[in-house]
Amino acid sequence: MKVKLTDAPEGLQGQGFFATSLSKAVGLARSHSIWPLPFATSCCGIEFMATMAATYDLARFGSERLSFSPRQADLLMVMGTIAKKMGPVLKQVYIQMAEPKWVIAVGACASSGGIFDTYSVLQGIDKVIPVDVYVPGCPPPPEAILDGIIKIQELIKNEPLRRRESEEYKSLLASYGIE
Amino acid sequence: MKNEISNALIESLLKEQFGETIRGVEESYGMLDVIVKRDAITDIVKWLKEHPLLKFNFLTDLCGVNFPENKNEELAVVYHLHSFENNVRMRLHVFFPVTDPVVKTISEIFSSANWMERETYDFYGIQFKGHPDLRRILNVEDMDYFPMLKQYPLEDATRTDKEDKYFGR
Repeated sequence: MKVKLTDAPEGLQGQGFFATSLSKAVGLARSHSIWPLPFATSCCGIEFMATMAATYDLARFGSERLSFSPRQADLLMVMGTIAKKMGPVLKQVYIQMAEPKWVIAVGACASSGGIFDTYSVLQGIDKVIPVDVYVPGCPPPPEAILDGIIKIQELIKNEPLRRRESEEYKSLLASYGIE
Repeated sequence: MKNEISNALIESLLKEQFGETIRGVEESYGMLDVIVKRDAITDIVKWLKEHPLLKFNFLTDLCGVNFPENKNEELAVVYHLHSFENNVRMRLHVFFPVTDPVVKTISEIFSSANWMERETYDFYGIQFKGHPDLRRILNVEDMDYFPMLKQYPLEDATRTDKEDKYFGR
């Protein structure tokens, strides 16, 4: 069986050369070497365990190396209910991550508070940090988590190299009180 | 086998010692429930703990209750006591108005009451007079209300993804 690794980005090809833009080459490399930081607090974290295990195997997408230090992580995966008291902790973890960084909210609780519409639960992690991809479900099956990761990969592939220096990005962070 | 401590015995001993401060006595599922005046709670708990026969030496639980329809007695604190030696449990109630939510601490009698009283303060705003460190314990420090009081809605005010029309409102 022939294994297809990935499609080459758009570019000019001729005999003995291939030319593309730097951001496309960097995006391609980044998107297939994401180091996720699992921030798992409840049942969505159990689904994530299945996502990492043999049957679904997130390693197929270049993310076999989980990072338990935010300093080395590229992708913050928030999986589970975040209590209001944990909000500042989550924000601190996000701030500690180095740019470029992405965030995925897995499941109803991380996305919106889920069934926990109550005084003690944060009504979605986007109240404290910016989110790139939301995965619906309660809990979402491993396929849905994989789909979310693939969406993140698409975002990474198509991200302009200077996006993180842009005014829009800075004002987005500023709206969360992060400089 | 030792003599059993009956609810009737506890009741008569309490009434003999404290008289008018015992406002009422009830029994549910075999458990004695004594409603007492607010100011006497520390004396009664201390007396029950140190009584040579009763020996209620363990505070199982301490919590608040809110009855908004109960005028001038909107708030209650419930004390669950357990006598290990006699294998007997009992309950104490104090009622007081929501406008004056103050009750004496029992943290000097039972050290375990310290956190329980903090929790009761956290959720009901009940002030425990004489408590060494009365501040929130479970909720975020900057919370500006007491969530278990029934005048506050169950749902969180910061929720943005729920539209009333989908819930028949």
